[in-house]
Amino acid sequence: MSAATTPTPYEPRKAYRDSQDSVLGGVASGVARHLAVPALWVRAAFLLMSLLGGLGVMLYAGLWLMLPSDTRFDESPPGLASATRGGRRPGRLRRLGDVGPAMALAALGLGAVLALQATIGGGAVFWPAFFGLAGLALLWRQADEAQRERWLDQTGRIDPVRIVFGSGGWASYARVLAGALLVVSAVFIVGFEGASASDARAGLLAGGLVLVGLAIVIGPWVFGLASDLSAEREERVRSQERADVAAHLHDSVLQTLALIQKSAHDSTTVARLARAQERDLRAWLYAGESADESSVASALRGAAAEVEDTHGVSVDVVAVGDCDLTESLRPIVAAAREAVTNAAKHAGTGQVDVYAEVTPGAVDVFVRDRGVGFDPDEVATDRYGVRNSIVDRMRRHGGSAEIRTAPGEGTEVRLHLSRTHPQEDPS
Amino acid sequence: MISGQLVRVVVVDDHAMFRRGVIAELEAAGAGEIEVLAQAADVDEAVAAVAAHRPDVVLLDVHLPGGGGVEVMRRGQSPETRYLALSVSDAAEDVIGTIRGGARGYVTKTITGPELVSAIRRVADGDAVFSPRLAGFVLDAFAGSIEVAAVDEDLDRLTEREREVMRLIARGYAYKEVAKELFISIKTVETHMSSVLRKLQLSSRHELSRWASDRRLL
Repeated sequence: MSAATTPTPYEPRKAYRDSQDSVLGGVASGVARHLAVPALWVRAAFLLMSLLGGLGVMLYAGLWLMLPSDTRFDESPPGLASATRGGRRPGRLRRLGDVGPAMALAALGLGAVLALQATIGGGAVFWPAFFGLAGLALLWRQADEAQRERWLDQTGRIDPVRIVFGSGGWASYARVLAGALLVVSAVFIVGFEGASASDARAGLLAGGLVLVGLAIVIGPWVFGLASDLSAEREERVRSQERADVAAHLHDSVLQTLALIQKSAHDSTTVARLARAQERDLRAWLYAGESADESSVASALRGAAAEVEDTHGVSVDVVAVGDCDLTESLRPIVAAAREAVTNAAKHAGTGQVDVYAEVTPGAVDVFVRDRGVGFDPDEVATDRYGVRNSIVDRMRRHGGSAEIRTAPGEGTEVRLHLSRTHPQEDPS
Repeated sequence: MISGQLVRVVVVDDHAMFRRGVIAELEAAGAGEIEVLAQAADVDEAVAAVAAHRPDVVLLDVHLPGGGGVEVMRRGQSPETRYLALSVSDAAEDVIGTIRGGARGYVTKTITGPELVSAIRRVADGDAVFSPRLAGFVLDAFAGSIEVAAVDEDLDRLTEREREVMRLIARGYAYKEVAKELFISIKTVETHMSSVLRKLQLSSRHELSRWASDRRLL
């Protein structure tokens, strides 16, 4: 039964940190997306676990270390990717509302500090640890930012300043400065706390701690560099694939242009060639939309493209929602194709609009033209096109078709097919 | 603005050929209705042109050197100016992103001259302009956010009427046909569309970005 749909190959789900929706490092929202639960729950879980002897904090820090950031795995169509690299598209939009979670987090952190101080007492161990952790968090945050910007950077050179500061800005300088200051002051608080102890021991300790601190500060960038290398390797493979597709497409554009030059006097041919080529390029560059038989929307797009080519009209397909094209849904696609063909042949205008809406309960397709229209009662009984291939076909398969038309007012065919009736394919 | 008055327009696009074509088209189809004040090829020029001329409508390319059309709207210093996005890209994230950045409407570059003139006039009059494709994206966006409406719950929903209007626009109906179909006045249709636009620009960022990321658009 499932011959219609080939099973998709198993793809392991990978967890990423979410760099778009990040409060601290994007760990919680990344995990939330991976587990498909609201980010609020994950954040609450981290908070709860933090109460269990700081487990949540450890876990968060560990995940921040290990989970790759998601930006580098973005795959947008080449037109969009190129516009992004060229700075012709907007970057992330930061709104005031985004600061909210961070401020809540800061307030909670402050509360935890005060609570701990009240229970433990003096800040002998606590304050240096707190300063150190806060400084490290800031530095890691900046490393993330720099890494992301480096990924978007197209110059390809490795610039040491860029590695640390990204493309600059007061925020990144402030982060690095504050982070370094915090770490250093933590080290100093620990190192010179016991002034009564022998100076030599304190100096040694401080020196050692500075070294450790430096290692920790440089750590993120070293780690980022290593993981960048492997990601770059992946990217190379991907860009080679893209280059192949681009070469193929450019060939077809060149051929189309050659054909247009040859038939420059024949405006219908030129228009048809240009339209087909535009559709190809547009789909490849921007939409990433397929026109195969895998889903209802793509099957409709495929049918529309075919009619465009054969009849030299332009067919606009707008689809809301989508689902797999099962055997039981094929009739509505076939009927829609028939309706588009009729509109292309008889309406007398060059424009057909197709609107498809797929909801959990049903599939609705509307095919509309602004053409001459006709009087349904006057269609001769020997004309079977509409009756057989649209109305009867839909009725046979448990759907319905309605045709609204009047001379001079264009035609609209409305197709409706319920998805809830017993399906042949239980999957 | 009073209809019958000249609509003052600035055209922003980084392709000189296309800009020239649009202006020629506007001069042909919009003679006596549209006056092209200036043109610009990138964000800085566009911001300067808007500040200098204070046009009624800016015809704004979505992909633009310097940060895209959204950047122009963000930096634009002219509160009475309205923006109409004109793009070759029909990627959902560009379209929705530009509308959420403050554009009053969105049309694709395949639009005909007379249609463009009427879209500009509508935007100048304070109405929203939805192409069928944009209406489809809007329906999709709001359908994706139905389950969890976290904070601004009532802002995130479309009323049944607004949904109906959007659906008809997506089906390729013109405004007056929508009005006739729903037995309401054109003014009411315009009110519904403006309120959809307002909701789209206000509704919570997270749900729309989730919608986009579900489609691997982000």
